[in-house]
Amino acid sequence: MRIAAAAVAAVAALSGLALTAPQWLVFMAMLALAKGVVVLGLLVLMRTGLVSFGQGLYFGIGAYAAALLSHHWHIADAAAMLAAGTLAAALVAALLGLLLAGYRDIFFAMLSLAFSMILYGVLVKSAALGSTDGFNLHARTFLGLALTSGMERRVFLIAGAVSVAAVALAVHKLLAGDWGRLAAGVRDNELRVSYLGASPYRVVYVNYLVAAALAGLGGALAALAVGHVDPETTYWTTSGEFVFIAILGGTQSILAPFLAASIFEALRTVASQYAPNVWQMSLGVAMLAIIMFLPAGLWTLAERRRRPA
Amino acid sequence: MTQVLAAQRLKKSFGAVTAAADISLSFDSDTVVSLIGANGAGKTTFLNMVTGYLKPDSGRIQFGGRDIVGLSPRRIANLGISRSFQIPQLFQSMSVRDNLLLAESIAAADDPQAATDAALARFALADYAAQKAGLLPEGIRKLLDVAMALSSRSRLLLLDEPTSGVSADEKFAIMDVVMGAALAAGVTVIFVEHDMDIVARFAGRVVAFYEGGIIADGPPDSVLRAADVRRYVIGEELSDAVA
Repeated sequence: MRIAAAAVAAVAALSGLALTAPQWLVFMAMLALAKGVVVLGLLVLMRTGLVSFGQGLYFGIGAYAAALLSHHWHIADAAAMLAAGTLAAALVAALLGLLLAGYRDIFFAMLSLAFSMILYGVLVKSAALGSTDGFNLHARTFLGLALTSGMERRVFLIAGAVSVAAVALAVHKLLAGDWGRLAAGVRDNELRVSYLGASPYRVVYVNYLVAAALAGLGGALAALAVGHVDPETTYWTTSGEFVFIAILGGTQSILAPFLAASIFEALRTVASQYAPNVWQMSLGVAMLAIIMFLPAGLWTLAERRRRPA
Repeated sequence: MTQVLAAQRLKKSFGAVTAAADISLSFDSDTVVSLIGANGAGKTTFLNMVTGYLKPDSGRIQFGGRDIVGLSPRRIANLGISRSFQIPQLFQSMSVRDNLLLAESIAAADDPQAATDAALARFALADYAAQKAGLLPEGIRKLLDVAMALSSRSRLLLLDEPTSGVSADEKFAIMDVVMGAALAAGVTVIFVEHDMDIVARFAGRVVAFYEGGIIADGPPDSVLRAADVRRYVIGEELSDAVA
Protein backbone atom coordinates (compact mmCIF):
# COMPACT_ATOMS: atom_id res chain seq x y z
CA MET A 1 0.00 0.00 0.00
CA ARG A 2 2.85 2.38 0.86
CA ILE A 3 4.34 1.71 -2.55
CA ALA A 4 1.03 2.37 -4.29
CA ALA A 5 0.71 5.66 -2.39
CA ALA A 6 4.27 6.57 -3.33
CA ALA A 7 3.52 5.81 -6.98
CA VAL A 8 0.40 7.98 -7.00
CA ALA A 9 2.29 10.78 -5.27
CA ALA A 10 5.12 10.50 -7.78
CA VAL A 11 2.72 10.65 -10.74
CA ALA A 12 1.00 13.68 -9.22
CA ALA A 13 4.31 15.42 -8.55
CA LEU A 14 5.65 14.70 -12.04
CA SER A 15 2.40 15.87 -13.62
CA GLY A 16 2.61 19.09 -11.65
CA LEU A 17 6.21 19.46 -12.75
CA ALA A 18 5.26 18.73 -16.36
CA LEU A 19 2.67 21.48 -16.40
CA THR A 20 4.58 24.21 -14.60
CA ALA A 21 8.34 23.64 -14.78
CA PRO A 22 10.66 25.12 -17.41
CA GLN A 23 11.49 22.97 -20.41
CA TRP A 24 14.98 22.04 -19.20
CA LEU A 25 13.59 20.60 -15.99
CA VAL A 26 10.89 18.68 -17.84
CA PHE A 27 13.62 17.27 -20.08
CA MET A 28 15.74 16.28 -17.10
CA ALA A 29 12.81 14.64 -15.34
CA MET A 30 12.04 12.61 -18.47
CA LEU A 31 15.60 11.38 -18.71
CA ALA A 32 15.62 10.47 -15.02
CA LEU A 33 12.37 8.58 -15.48
CA ALA A 34 13.70 6.80 -18.57
CA LYS A 35 16.91 5.72 -16.85
CA GLY A 36 15.05 4.86 -13.67
CA VAL A 37 12.86 2.34 -15.47
CA VAL A 38 15.90 0.74 -17.16
CA VAL A 39 17.55 0.41 -13.74
CA LEU A 40 14.33 -1.05 -12.36
CA GLY A 41 14.88 -3.85 -14.88
CA LEU A 42 18.45 -4.24 -13.62
CA LEU A 43 17.07 -4.51 -10.10
CA VAL A 44 14.89 -7.43 -11.20
CA LEU A 45 18.01 -9.14 -12.57
CA MET A 46 20.05 -8.33 -9.48
CA ARG A 47 17.39 -9.87 -7.26
CA THR A 48 17.96 -13.01 -9.35
CA GLY A 49 21.70 -12.72 -8.68
CA LEU A 50 22.68 -11.41 -12.11
CA VAL A 51 24.22 -8.19 -13.37
CA SER A 52 23.93 -7.19 -17.01
CA PHE A 53 26.56 -4.88 -18.47
CA GLY A 54 24.55 -4.74 -21.66
CA GLN A 55 21.18 -3.17 -20.90
CA GLY A 56 22.20 -0.54 -23.47
CA LEU A 57 21.22 -3.17 -26.03
CA TYR A 58 17.56 -2.94 -25.06
CA PHE A 59 17.73 0.76 -24.26
CA GLY A 60 18.99 1.28 -27.82
CA ILE A 61 16.46 -1.10 -29.34
CA GLY A 62 13.66 0.74 -27.55
CA ALA A 63 14.93 4.09 -28.73
CA TYR A 64 15.47 3.01 -32.34
CA ALA A 65 12.13 1.17 -32.49
CA ALA A 66 10.35 4.33 -31.40
CA ALA A 67 12.31 6.45 -33.84
CA LEU A 68 11.89 4.05 -36.77
CA LEU A 69 8.15 4.05 -36.23
CA SER A 70 7.97 7.74 -37.12
CA HIS A 71 10.87 7.80 -39.53
CA HIS A 72 10.06 4.80 -41.72
CA TRP A 73 6.44 4.01 -41.11
CA HIS A 74 5.23 7.55 -40.44
CA ILE A 75 3.44 6.65 -37.27
CA ALA A 76 4.10 9.67 -35.11
CA ASP A 77 2.06 8.74 -32.07
CA ALA A 78 3.99 8.84 -28.80
CA ALA A 79 1.93 6.10 -27.14
CA ALA A 80 2.56 3.79 -30.10
CA MET A 81 6.26 4.62 -29.87
CA LEU A 82 6.43 3.69 -26.18
CA ALA A 83 4.63 0.42 -26.90
CA ALA A 84 6.86 -0.31 -29.90
CA GLY A 85 10.03 0.27 -27.90
CA THR A 86 8.90 -2.03 -25.12
CA LEU A 87 7.71 -4.72 -27.50
CA ALA A 88 10.77 -4.66 -29.75
CA ALA A 89 13.09 -5.06 -26.76
CA ALA A 90 10.97 -7.91 -25.37
CA LEU A 91 10.99 -9.71 -28.72
CA VAL A 92 14.77 -9.57 -29.06
CA ALA A 93 15.16 -10.64 -25.42
CA ALA A 94 12.81 -13.57 -26.00
CA LEU A 95 15.36 -14.85 -28.52
CA LEU A 96 18.66 -13.90 -26.84
CA GLY A 97 17.29 -14.96 -23.46
CA LEU A 98 17.21 -18.56 -24.65
CA LEU A 99 21.00 -18.44 -24.75
CA LEU A 100 21.73 -16.04 -21.89
CA ALA A 101 19.49 -17.77 -19.34
CA GLY A 102 22.00 -20.62 -19.35
CA TYR A 103 24.84 -18.39 -18.12
CA ARG A 104 25.64 -16.89 -14.74
CA ASP A 105 27.98 -14.41 -13.07
CA ILE A 106 30.72 -12.87 -15.18
CA PHE A 107 29.74 -14.96 -18.22
CA PHE A 108 26.23 -13.55 -18.18
CA ALA A 109 27.55 -10.02 -17.67
CA MET A 110 30.09 -10.27 -20.48
CA LEU A 111 27.76 -11.99 -22.94
CA SER A 112 25.14 -9.32 -22.42
CA LEU A 113 27.84 -6.70 -22.95
CA ALA A 114 28.93 -8.47 -26.13
CA PHE A 115 25.44 -8.42 -27.62
CA SER A 116 25.05 -4.70 -26.92
CA MET A 117 28.37 -3.99 -28.62
CA ILE A 118 27.34 -6.06 -31.64
CA LEU A 119 24.28 -3.85 -32.06
CA TYR A 120 26.49 -0.79 -31.59
CA GLY A 121 28.77 -2.03 -34.36
CA VAL A 122 25.83 -2.68 -36.66
CA LEU A 123 24.27 0.74 -36.02
CA VAL A 124 27.53 2.59 -36.57
CA LYS A 125 27.93 0.89 -39.95
CA SER A 126 24.35 1.34 -41.16
CA ALA A 127 24.13 4.38 -43.36
CA ALA A 128 20.36 3.91 -43.64
CA LEU A 129 20.06 4.49 -39.88
CA GLY A 130 22.25 7.55 -39.89
CA SER A 131 25.42 5.76 -38.89
CA THR A 132 27.17 7.45 -35.93
CA ASP A 133 24.95 10.52 -36.23
CA GLY A 134 21.68 8.68 -35.79
CA PHE A 135 18.50 10.44 -36.83
CA ASN A 136 15.66 12.56 -35.47
CA LEU A 137 12.19 11.52 -34.52
CA HIS A 138 9.02 13.53 -34.18
CA ALA A 139 6.00 12.51 -32.22
CA ARG A 140 3.10 14.70 -33.23
CA THR A 141 0.20 13.00 -31.51
CA PHE A 142 -0.49 11.18 -28.29
CA LEU A 143 -3.17 8.49 -28.48
CA GLY A 144 -4.43 10.26 -31.58
CA LEU A 145 -4.60 13.71 -30.00
CA ALA A 146 -2.58 16.33 -31.82
CA LEU A 147 0.04 18.05 -29.69
CA THR A 148 0.72 21.76 -29.96
CA SER A 149 4.34 22.66 -30.26
CA GLY A 150 5.99 23.28 -26.93
CA MET A 151 3.52 20.99 -25.19
CA GLU A 152 4.92 17.69 -26.50
CA ARG A 153 7.46 17.02 -23.77
CA ARG A 154 5.06 18.04 -21.06
CA VAL A 155 2.54 15.49 -22.31
CA PHE A 156 5.25 12.85 -22.74
CA LEU A 157 6.40 13.34 -19.18
CA ILE A 158 2.90 12.77 -17.82
CA ALA A 159 2.39 9.75 -20.10
CA GLY A 160 5.80 8.42 -19.10
CA ALA A 161 5.09 8.92 -15.41
CA VAL A 162 1.78 7.07 -15.63
CA SER A 163 3.16 4.14 -17.62
CA VAL A 164 6.32 3.84 -15.53
CA ALA A 165 4.32 3.99 -12.29
CA ALA A 166 2.09 1.21 -13.62
CA VAL A 167 4.98 -1.07 -14.57
CA ALA A 168 6.84 -0.27 -11.35
CA LEU A 169 3.81 -1.34 -9.33
CA ALA A 170 3.54 -4.50 -11.40
CA VAL A 171 7.24 -5.24 -10.77
CA HIS A 172 6.75 -4.59 -7.06
CA LYS A 173 3.83 -7.02 -6.97
CA LEU A 174 5.86 -9.59 -8.86
CA LEU A 175 8.89 -9.32 -6.56
CA ALA A 176 6.89 -9.20 -3.33
CA GLY A 177 5.15 -12.49 -4.07
CA ASP A 178 6.15 -16.09 -4.73
CA TRP A 179 8.02 -15.15 -7.88
CA GLY A 180 10.30 -12.74 -6.03
CA ARG A 181 11.08 -15.39 -3.45
CA LEU A 182 11.81 -17.87 -6.20
CA ALA A 183 14.16 -15.38 -7.87
CA ALA A 184 16.00 -14.90 -4.58
CA GLY A 185 16.13 -18.68 -4.30
CA VAL A 186 17.85 -18.89 -7.67
CA ARG A 187 20.33 -16.25 -6.50
CA ASP A 188 21.05 -18.15 -3.26
CA ASN A 189 21.08 -21.78 -4.36
CA GLU A 190 20.14 -23.04 -7.81
CA LEU A 191 20.82 -26.66 -6.96
CA ARG A 192 18.18 -26.56 -4.25
CA VAL A 193 15.68 -24.83 -6.53
CA SER A 194 16.07 -27.63 -9.08
CA TYR A 195 15.71 -30.35 -6.47
CA LEU A 196 12.58 -28.68 -5.15
CA GLY A 197 11.14 -28.99 -8.63
CA ALA A 198 11.44 -25.50 -10.16
CA SER A 199 13.51 -24.43 -13.14
CA PRO A 200 16.22 -21.80 -12.49
CA TYR A 201 16.58 -21.40 -16.26
CA ARG A 202 12.95 -20.36 -16.57
CA VAL A 203 13.21 -17.89 -13.70
CA VAL A 204 16.28 -16.26 -15.25
CA TYR A 205 14.68 -16.25 -18.71
CA VAL A 206 11.50 -14.54 -17.55
CA ASN A 207 13.35 -11.97 -15.44
CA TYR A 208 15.72 -11.27 -18.32
CA LEU A 209 12.68 -10.64 -20.51
CA VAL A 210 11.13 -8.31 -17.93
CA ALA A 211 14.39 -6.37 -17.58
CA ALA A 212 14.67 -6.03 -21.37
CA ALA A 213 11.09 -4.82 -21.78
CA LEU A 214 11.65 -2.20 -19.08
CA ALA A 215 14.88 -1.10 -20.77
CA GLY A 216 12.99 -0.85 -24.07
CA LEU A 217 10.37 1.36 -22.46
CA GLY A 218 13.13 3.52 -20.99
CA GLY A 219 14.82 3.77 -24.39
CA ALA A 220 11.62 4.90 -26.11
CA LEU A 221 10.98 7.42 -23.36
CA ALA A 222 14.51 8.80 -23.68
CA ALA A 223 14.13 9.01 -27.45
CA LEU A 224 10.94 11.03 -27.03
CA ALA A 225 12.69 13.34 -24.59
CA VAL A 226 15.72 13.96 -26.75
CA GLY A 227 13.97 13.82 -30.13
CA HIS A 228 16.96 12.05 -31.55
CA VAL A 229 18.55 8.59 -31.46
CA ASP A 230 22.15 7.58 -32.06
CA PRO A 231 24.32 4.48 -31.51
CA GLU A 232 25.57 5.90 -28.20
CA THR A 233 22.38 4.51 -26.63
CA THR A 234 23.78 0.99 -27.03
CA TYR A 235 27.41 1.78 -26.17
CA TRP A 236 28.94 0.10 -23.14
CA THR A 237 29.31 3.38 -21.26
CA THR A 238 25.53 3.76 -21.41
CA SER A 239 25.10 0.25 -19.97
CA GLY A 240 27.72 1.09 -17.35
CA GLU A 241 25.76 4.16 -16.38
CA PHE A 242 22.73 1.97 -15.63
CA VAL A 243 24.80 -0.32 -13.43
CA PHE A 244 26.22 2.78 -11.72
CA ILE A 245 22.72 4.07 -10.97
CA ALA A 246 21.65 0.64 -9.72
CA ILE A 247 24.55 0.52 -7.27
CA LEU A 248 23.93 4.12 -6.28
CA GLY A 249 20.31 3.36 -5.36
CA GLY A 250 20.51 -0.19 -4.07
CA THR A 251 18.15 -3.06 -4.71
CA GLN A 252 15.95 -3.06 -1.62
CA SER A 253 13.07 -1.06 -3.03
CA ILE A 254 11.58 -0.43 -6.46
CA LEU A 255 11.67 3.28 -5.62
CA ALA A 256 15.47 3.25 -5.26
CA PRO A 257 16.23 3.21 -9.02
CA PHE A 258 14.12 6.31 -9.60
CA LEU A 259 15.60 8.15 -6.65
CA ALA A 260 19.10 7.27 -7.82
CA ALA A 261 18.38 8.16 -11.44
CA SER A 262 17.05 11.58 -10.39
CA ILE A 263 20.12 12.26 -8.30
CA PHE A 264 22.34 11.08 -11.12
CA GLU A 265 20.68 13.32 -13.71
CA ALA A 266 20.65 16.32 -11.36
CA LEU A 267 24.32 15.75 -10.57
CA ARG A 268 25.18 15.49 -14.20
CA THR A 269 23.28 18.63 -15.16
CA VAL A 270 24.90 20.67 -12.43
CA ALA A 271 28.36 19.18 -12.89
CA SER A 272 28.44 19.56 -16.66
CA GLN A 273 27.36 23.17 -16.23
CA TYR A 274 29.88 24.20 -13.59
CA ALA A 275 32.67 21.65 -13.78
CA PRO A 276 32.57 20.08 -17.24
CA ASN A 277 36.15 18.83 -17.03
CA VAL A 278 35.94 16.97 -13.75
CA TRP A 279 32.39 15.71 -14.03
CA GLN A 280 33.37 12.11 -14.61
CA MET A 281 35.89 12.27 -11.81
CA SER A 282 33.19 13.44 -9.44
CA LEU A 283 31.13 10.41 -10.49
CA GLY A 284 34.07 8.18 -9.63
CA VAL A 285 34.43 9.76 -6.22
CA ALA A 286 30.69 9.37 -5.61
CA MET A 287 30.88 5.67 -6.53
CA LEU A 288 33.84 5.17 -4.20
CA ALA A 289 31.98 6.83 -1.35
CA ILE A 290 28.87 4.74 -1.93
CA ILE A 291 30.77 1.46 -1.99
CA MET A 292 32.74 2.36 1.13
CA PHE A 293 30.01 3.87 3.27
CA LEU A 294 26.70 2.64 1.88
CA PRO A 295 27.45 -0.68 0.17
CA ALA A 296 23.73 -1.43 -0.11
CA GLY A 297 23.10 1.90 -1.85
CA LEU A 298 21.44 5.19 -0.99
CA TRP A 299 18.25 3.39 -0.09
CA THR A 300 19.99 2.34 3.14
CA LEU A 301 19.51 5.93 4.31
CA ALA A 302 15.76 5.76 3.73
CA GLU A 303 15.57 2.49 5.66
CA ARG A 304 17.65 3.84 8.53
CA ARG A 305 15.28 6.75 8.89
CA ARG A 306 12.28 4.47 8.99
CA ARG A 307 13.79 2.34 11.74
CA PRO A 308 15.50 4.81 14.07
CA ALA A 309 17.98 3.13 16.40
CA MET B 1 2.16 -53.01 0.81
CA THR B 2 2.79 -51.50 -2.57
CA GLN B 3 6.11 -51.02 -4.23
CA VAL B 4 7.23 -47.39 -4.47
CA LEU B 5 10.62 -47.59 -6.07
CA ALA B 6 12.23 -50.37 -8.07
CA ALA B 7 15.71 -50.35 -9.55
CA GLN B 8 16.63 -53.10 -11.95
CA ARG B 9 20.15 -54.06 -12.98
CA LEU B 10 21.65 -50.60 -12.53
CA LYS B 11 25.19 -50.20 -13.77
CA LYS B 12 27.34 -47.12 -13.49
CA SER B 13 31.08 -46.68 -13.67
CA PHE B 14 33.38 -43.70 -13.60
CA GLY B 15 36.41 -44.76 -15.63
CA ALA B 16 37.84 -47.80 -13.87
CA VAL B 17 35.74 -47.29 -10.73
CA THR B 18 32.51 -49.26 -10.59
CA ALA B 19 30.00 -47.28 -8.56
CA ALA B 20 27.06 -49.54 -9.37
CA ALA B 21 27.65 -53.11 -10.46
CA ASP B 22 24.31 -54.56 -11.42
CA ILE B 23 22.17 -53.26 -8.56
CA SER B 24 18.58 -54.40 -8.23
CA LEU B 25 16.61 -53.07 -5.29
CA SER B 26 12.97 -52.44 -4.57
CA PHE B 27 11.34 -50.44 -1.81
CA ASP B 28 7.87 -50.83 -0.35
CA SER B 29 5.73 -47.91 0.71
CA ASP B 30 5.77 -46.70 4.31
CA THR B 31 9.10 -48.30 5.12
CA VAL B 32 12.32 -46.84 6.47
CA VAL B 33 15.39 -48.22 4.77
CA SER B 34 19.00 -47.41 5.55
CA LEU B 35 21.82 -47.67 3.05
CA ILE B 36 25.18 -48.39 4.65
CA GLY B 37 28.65 -48.91 3.30
CA ALA B 38 32.12 -47.42 3.33
CA ASN B 39 32.93 -44.27 1.40
CA GLY B 40 32.91 -45.05 -2.30
CA ALA B 41 30.70 -48.12 -1.92
CA GLY B 42 28.04 -46.61 -4.16
CA LYS B 43 25.35 -45.38 -1.77
CA THR B 44 25.32 -41.76 -2.88
CA THR B 45 25.69 -42.85 -6.52
CA PHE B 46 22.51 -44.84 -6.04
CA LEU B 47 20.72 -41.78 -4.62
CA ASN B 48 22.08 -39.64 -7.44
CA MET B 49 20.74 -42.06 -10.04
CA VAL B 50 17.33 -42.16 -8.38
CA THR B 51 17.11 -38.35 -8.27
CA GLY B 52 18.25 -37.94 -11.86
CA TYR B 53 21.56 -36.24 -11.11
CA LEU B 54 23.41 -39.18 -12.68
CA LYS B 55 22.21 -41.34 -15.51
CA PRO B 56 22.94 -45.05 -15.11
CA ASP B 57 24.98 -46.66 -17.90
CA SER B 58 22.27 -49.28 -18.09
CA GLY B 59 19.30 -50.51 -16.10
CA ARG B 60 15.86 -49.25 -15.19
CA ILE B 61 14.44 -47.24 -12.32
CA GLN B 62 10.72 -47.22 -11.80
CA PHE B 63 8.91 -44.89 -9.45
CA GLY B 64 5.22 -45.49 -8.93
CA GLY B 65 5.24 -47.72 -12.00
CA ARG B 66 6.83 -45.05 -14.17
CA ASP B 67 10.27 -45.23 -15.74
CA ILE B 68 12.30 -42.26 -14.52
CA VAL B 69 15.73 -42.87 -16.04
CA GLY B 70 16.69 -39.87 -18.15
CA LEU B 71 14.36 -37.42 -16.42
CA SER B 72 15.91 -34.26 -14.93
CA PRO B 73 16.15 -33.82 -11.14
CA ARG B 74 13.44 -31.19 -11.47
CA ARG B 75 10.99 -33.52 -13.20
CA ILE B 76 11.72 -36.29 -10.72
CA ALA B 77 11.19 -33.88 -7.81
CA ASN B 78 7.84 -33.00 -9.32
CA LEU B 79 6.88 -36.68 -9.36
CA GLY B 80 7.34 -36.84 -5.60
CA ILE B 81 10.94 -37.88 -4.91
CA SER B 82 12.56 -35.41 -2.52
CA ARG B 83 16.06 -35.39 -1.17
CA SER B 84 18.12 -33.73 1.50
CA PHE B 85 21.86 -33.24 1.21
CA GLN B 86 24.91 -34.23 3.17
CA ILE B 87 25.85 -30.55 3.20
CA PRO B 88 22.55 -28.70 3.76
CA GLN B 89 21.45 -26.81 0.67
CA LEU B 90 19.64 -23.76 1.97
CA PHE B 91 18.73 -20.29 0.79
CA GLN B 92 21.29 -18.54 2.98
CA SER B 93 20.02 -14.99 2.73
CA MET B 94 16.41 -15.88 3.52
CA SER B 95 14.70 -16.52 6.81
CA VAL B 96 13.85 -20.07 7.84
CA ARG B 97 10.20 -19.29 7.18
CA ASP B 98 10.93 -18.03 3.66
CA ASN B 99 13.05 -21.11 2.94
CA LEU B 100 10.08 -23.33 3.76
CA LEU B 101 7.60 -21.01 2.07
CA LEU B 102 9.59 -21.19 -1.15
CA ALA B 103 9.75 -24.97 -0.95
CA GLU B 104 6.00 -25.23 -0.37
CA SER B 105 5.12 -22.75 -3.11
CA ILE B 106 7.27 -24.65 -5.62
CA ALA B 107 5.55 -27.85 -4.47
CA ALA B 108 2.27 -26.08 -5.26
CA ALA B 109 0.80 -26.63 -1.80
CA ASP B 110 -2.85 -25.55 -1.61
CA ASP B 111 -1.99 -23.11 1.13
CA PRO B 112 1.78 -22.56 1.33
CA GLN B 113 1.48 -20.41 4.46
CA ALA B 114 -0.39 -23.11 6.37
CA ALA B 115 1.93 -25.82 5.07
CA THR B 116 4.89 -23.73 6.23
CA ASP B 117 3.43 -23.29 9.70
CA ALA B 118 2.85 -27.03 9.89
CA ALA B 119 6.44 -27.75 8.82
CA LEU B 120 7.83 -25.26 11.35
CA ALA B 121 5.90 -27.02 14.10
CA ARG B 122 6.66 -30.56 12.93
CA PHE B 123 10.39 -29.93 12.70
CA ALA B 124 10.54 -27.88 15.91
CA LEU B 125 11.83 -24.90 13.94
CA ALA B 126 9.26 -22.33 15.07
CA ASP B 127 11.76 -20.60 17.37
CA TYR B 128 14.07 -20.03 14.41
CA ALA B 129 11.40 -18.93 11.91
CA ALA B 130 12.65 -15.36 11.59
CA GLN B 131 16.37 -16.18 11.57
CA LYS B 132 18.45 -16.11 8.42
CA ALA B 133 19.32 -19.61 7.25
CA GLY B 134 22.98 -18.64 6.82
CA LEU B 135 23.36 -18.00 10.54
CA LEU B 136 21.87 -21.21 11.95
CA PRO B 137 23.77 -23.84 13.98
CA GLU B 138 24.56 -27.02 12.05
CA GLY B 139 21.93 -29.23 13.67
CA ILE B 140 19.18 -26.75 12.78
CA ARG B 141 20.55 -26.43 9.25
CA LYS B 142 20.25 -30.19 8.88
CA LEU B 143 16.66 -30.13 10.09
CA LEU B 144 15.73 -27.25 7.80
CA ASP B 145 17.28 -29.09 4.86
CA VAL B 146 15.08 -32.10 5.51
CA ALA B 147 12.05 -29.93 6.24
CA MET B 148 12.40 -28.26 2.83
CA ALA B 149 12.74 -31.61 1.10
CA LEU B 150 9.65 -33.00 2.83
CA SER B 151 7.09 -30.78 1.12
CA SER B 152 3.44 -31.51 0.69
CA ARG B 153 3.87 -33.57 -2.45
CA SER B 154 6.74 -35.85 -1.30
CA ARG B 155 6.10 -39.56 -1.54
CA LEU B 156 9.66 -40.79 -1.25
CA LEU B 157 12.21 -39.01 0.93
CA LEU B 158 15.91 -39.61 0.37
CA LEU B 159 18.25 -38.45 3.13
CA ASP B 160 21.97 -38.31 2.45
CA GLU B 161 23.70 -38.65 5.82
CA PRO B 162 21.12 -36.74 7.85
CA THR B 163 23.28 -36.73 10.99
CA SER B 164 26.73 -36.05 9.55
CA GLY B 165 28.43 -32.97 10.94
CA VAL B 166 26.21 -33.01 14.01
CA SER B 167 27.53 -33.68 17.51
CA ALA B 168 26.97 -37.20 18.87
CA ASP B 169 24.50 -36.13 21.57
CA GLU B 170 22.33 -34.27 19.04
CA LYS B 171 22.08 -37.11 16.52
CA PHE B 172 19.27 -39.06 18.10
CA ALA B 173 17.20 -35.96 18.82
CA ILE B 174 17.47 -34.87 15.20
CA MET B 175 16.59 -38.30 13.85
CA ASP B 176 13.61 -38.49 16.22
CA VAL B 177 12.25 -35.25 14.78
CA VAL B 178 12.97 -36.25 11.17
CA MET B 179 11.45 -39.70 11.45
CA GLY B 180 8.44 -38.39 13.36
CA ALA B 181 7.78 -35.89 10.59
CA ALA B 182 8.27 -38.51 7.85
CA LEU B 183 5.89 -40.87 9.60
CA ALA B 184 3.29 -38.11 9.97
CA ALA B 185 3.65 -37.26 6.28
CA GLY B 186 3.28 -40.91 5.32
CA VAL B 187 6.34 -41.02 3.09
CA THR B 188 8.79 -43.80 2.40
CA VAL B 189 12.28 -43.00 3.69
CA ILE B 190 15.64 -44.12 2.36
CA PHE B 191 18.61 -42.78 4.30
CA VAL B 192 22.35 -43.11 3.95
CA GLU B 193 24.01 -43.34 7.35
CA HIS B 194 27.41 -44.12 8.86
CA ASP B 195 26.38 -44.27 12.51
CA MET B 196 25.34 -47.87 13.17
CA ASP B 197 23.49 -46.96 16.38
CA ILE B 198 21.27 -44.64 14.35
CA VAL B 199 20.79 -47.34 11.71
CA ALA B 200 19.86 -49.98 14.30
CA ARG B 201 17.44 -47.65 16.01
CA PHE B 202 15.58 -46.11 13.06
CA ALA B 203 15.77 -48.43 10.05
CA GLY B 204 13.29 -51.23 9.43
CA ARG B 205 15.55 -52.62 6.72
CA VAL B 206 19.25 -52.21 6.00
CA VAL B 207 21.00 -52.52 2.64
CA ALA B 208 24.80 -52.84 2.79
CA PHE B 209 26.86 -51.67 -0.21
CA TYR B 210 30.37 -52.74 -1.05
CA GLU B 211 32.31 -51.81 -4.18
CA GLY B 212 29.19 -50.98 -6.15
CA GLY B 213 27.34 -54.15 -5.19
CA ILE B 214 25.03 -55.25 -2.40
CA ILE B 215 26.45 -57.64 0.18
CA ALA B 216 23.52 -57.79 2.61
CA ASP B 217 19.88 -56.78 2.65
CA GLY B 218 17.40 -57.40 5.46
CA PRO B 219 16.36 -56.44 8.98
CA PRO B 220 18.96 -54.45 10.96
CA ASP B 221 19.90 -57.16 13.51
CA SER B 222 20.77 -59.74 10.88
CA VAL B 223 22.49 -57.34 8.43
CA LEU B 224 24.55 -55.59 11.09
CA ARG B 225 25.68 -58.96 12.41
CA ALA B 226 26.63 -60.46 9.04
CA ALA B 227 30.34 -61.21 8.74
CA ASP B 228 30.80 -59.38 5.42
CA VAL B 229 29.12 -56.29 6.75
CA ARG B 230 31.26 -56.27 9.87
CA ARG B 231 34.39 -56.73 7.82
CA TYR B 232 33.72 -54.40 4.89
CA VAL B 233 31.31 -51.82 6.25
CA ILE B 234 31.78 -51.44 9.94
CA GLY B 235 35.48 -52.28 9.80
CA GLU B 236 36.10 -49.79 7.02
CA GLU B 237 34.22 -47.22 9.01
CA LEU B 238 36.73 -47.53 11.83
CA SER B 239 39.75 -47.14 9.60
CA ASP B 240 38.05 -44.15 7.92
CA ALA B 241 37.56 -42.52 11.28
CA VAL B 242 41.25 -42.90 12.01
CA ALA B 243 42.27 -41.47 8.67
